[in-house]
Amino acid sequence: MTVIFYLIAAITVAGGLAAVLLKNLVHCALAVTIAFGGIALLFLSLDAQFAGFVQILVYIGAVAILIVFAILLTRGSDVPKDGVFSPTWLTGVAIASAVFAVMGWAVINSVNAIPQLAAVPHVTVHDIGVALVGSYVLPLEILALLLTAATVGAVIVAMHEKGGSE
Amino acid sequence: MLGEGILKGMAETAKNFAGSFVSKERLTTVEYPEERIAPAENARVFPFLVYDTENWESGLRCVACQICEKECPPKCIYIDKSKDKKPDYVGKQQFYPTRFDIDISVCMSCQICVEVCPFEAIKMDTQFELATDDRFGGLLLDREQLAKSNEYYHEIHPTEASEVDARLAEEKAKVEAKAKAAEAAAAKAAADAATKNAAPAPPTQAKPEGGQD
Amino acid sequence: MIDKADQIFVLLQHWLVSFLPLALQQPAAVLLGVIGIVCVFPAIFALTTVFERKGLGRIQNRLGPNRVGPFGFMQPIADAIKSLTKEDVVPSTANGPVHFLAPVGLVVAVFMGFAVLPVGRNMVLVDMDAGLLFFFAMGASTEVSVFMAGWSSRNKYSLLGAMRAVAQMISYEVVLLLSSVAVVMITGSLSLTKIVEAQNQYTGIFPHWYIFTPWGLAGFVMYAIAATAETNRSPFDLPEGESELVAGYHTEYSGFKFALFFLGEYLAMLSISGLGTTLFLGGWSAPLSFLTFMPSWFWFFSKLMMSIFVFIWMRGTLPRLRQDQLMNFAWKFVLPFTLLDLFVTALWRFMGQGLLRWIVCSVILLAAYVIMGRVAMVRKHFGPRRYRYAE
Repeated sequence: MTVIFYLIAAITVAGGLAAVLLKNLVHCALAVTIAFGGIALLFLSLDAQFAGFVQILVYIGAVAILIVFAILLTRGSDVPKDGVFSPTWLTGVAIASAVFAVMGWAVINSVNAIPQLAAVPHVTVHDIGVALVGSYVLPLEILALLLTAATVGAVIVAMHEKGGSE
Repeated sequence: MLGEGILKGMAETAKNFAGSFVSKERLTTVEYPEERIAPAENARVFPFLVYDTENWESGLRCVACQICEKECPPKCIYIDKSKDKKPDYVGKQQFYPTRFDIDISVCMSCQICVEVCPFEAIKMDTQFELATDDRFGGLLLDREQLAKSNEYYHEIHPTEASEVDARLAEEKAKVEAKAKAAEAAAAKAAADAATKNAAPAPPTQAKPEGGQD
Repeated sequence: MIDKADQIFVLLQHWLVSFLPLALQQPAAVLLGVIGIVCVFPAIFALTTVFERKGLGRIQNRLGPNRVGPFGFMQPIADAIKSLTKEDVVPSTANGPVHFLAPVGLVVAVFMGFAVLPVGRNMVLVDMDAGLLFFFAMGASTEVSVFMAGWSSRNKYSLLGAMRAVAQMISYEVVLLLSSVAVVMITGSLSLTKIVEAQNQYTGIFPHWYIFTPWGLAGFVMYAIAATAETNRSPFDLPEGESELVAGYHTEYSGFKFALFFLGEYLAMLSISGLGTTLFLGGWSAPLSFLTFMPSWFWFFSKLMMSIFVFIWMRGTLPRLRQDQLMNFAWKFVLPFTLLDLFVTALWRFMGQGLLRWIVCSVILLAAYVIMGRVAMVRKHFGPRRYRYAE
């Protein structure tokens, strides 16, 4: 099993690295799509079917498209003149390493804190559905409200632009 | 109601689909080259020369008057007149073309040569499958290729051919009638002259005999 | 005997696999299934192209292709040879890798969708609990490759066509998902095999197909509209019809890459029809209870071909929708109707058996349809055209 994990991890990391190192912005967007695919494969290898497929459906099918639309509509696909790396990259690397260290420490400590169960419980989509409308119904409704607000806001912003130009 | 138009449209196309297997009017395709549509009677493609009798050379109606050559707008007709004459359908001695070439790559099928020909010698053909891979002479039709019989003309343009035949027959009849009249007149004159010569003078013995000469 | 005919492919697979050692048997079985899918569905694609050309020809009062083979049925072979031997022209300013990967991505994503379709009893390649979700995930991945194709061609019109195609696909994806959710609500599972088994029961001679219920009929119509739009099929084929007018996202593709796009589009049509068959038309179950002696895969493929014929019929009948008409139709008519259909499905589920739920659900849906139709018609100004000029 670990061979598959390393393979998928290699794909994901390669996609992520390509997303920040490539010159052409649309290439970066497509590389981040590959990274999303890698994460979905990781979910699937952990037998979390719902999470994996929803990752593909939402991230690759919608978020990636959104990213490329945003890139194309704001004309960011031309290669910037000054190169893609900012002059303060050393500070950036330092902060990123610090954040990663903190998160890694938190994850490792939490793994040690939770008692290891004999077998991972098999969670079906049914269980997720029951949990969503049972014990987690408040977060679900708040999320729905948030999404509605975002949609309405987007429409208003777009309409205002049209109204403003006339 | 919403969607009614779509359903009506789909019914119509279904009728078309089903009907195309059974009725000819729903499937109007003619599968060329296995099937062909017969050309209309007034169809015209390129000219041809009409000949009357069995022998295309002697029966050719064309008398090399060269009117069609002069009238042709793109000048695609080349005629060489003969030095001697031969008799035509009424018996009159006429010239004939020793060379009559039409370049059908130039011909624009305007039919002017047909309209101006006084001898009903050149008519329009309906054959169009004349493609050839001989770039240099394949589309230059000479006298022999252009000569087609009067029966063929009847086949492709029956009404026109009958009309032409009627007219030519009329002409011939007129000429013959004139000839006969002339012959009769000549015969009569000869007979008159003969009787005048042979018959003695009426009782005019008072006239001197020297007046008989 | 009937059972044997029904399970003939499964038995064949087991027999072939039994020659191998035990450890290799499971992967070999899966491999055989994959080979089966890769052989059968492109063959149906080839048949579909001939049927389409001949069917459209007959609808348009002409013969279709009839020179190659008997009645023209070898035409796909001629087309395949043509597309293989054509020169592969790639624009010099096009983005090399992306241009190459776009058709590959499309075909891979579409082929994955076939893995969860139950083509017969016990004949599904991967029986997943979340099979329906997997199918839609693969469908969503096709949008990325459409965009990749349009962008990498370095052609304004290709990019525009790709954007329009993606916008159309996203809008109708929502409708597709919502109309399938109604089916999932009633069945209680996302697994496609369970959905087919739930429809495989008979009262008297009539089957329990979902299309024979009021919410199922409405859902099926919405699903069919969304499926036509997802696969860029007429009358929603503006992104590809533009290639006849100006350009489309696969303008700069020639030879085999174009054949791959063509293959991908038709296979997407086949797979989405297959899913529609599974969800609403009962998958591999027979239409009347005394017809169950025929093999289950026969029924699945017959229903699939019937859906294909209806697609071809619609293509021959309907004019193309303009982009704004398309989007208006999606967001202002189809989506509200699908949401109402979800509500009616819930009503059906919780109302208990009996005639009352039939009457209530049918009345609600019909009333909504008529009212929406009236509303849509009223806002049309059927008169001399008024112009609005750009400033």
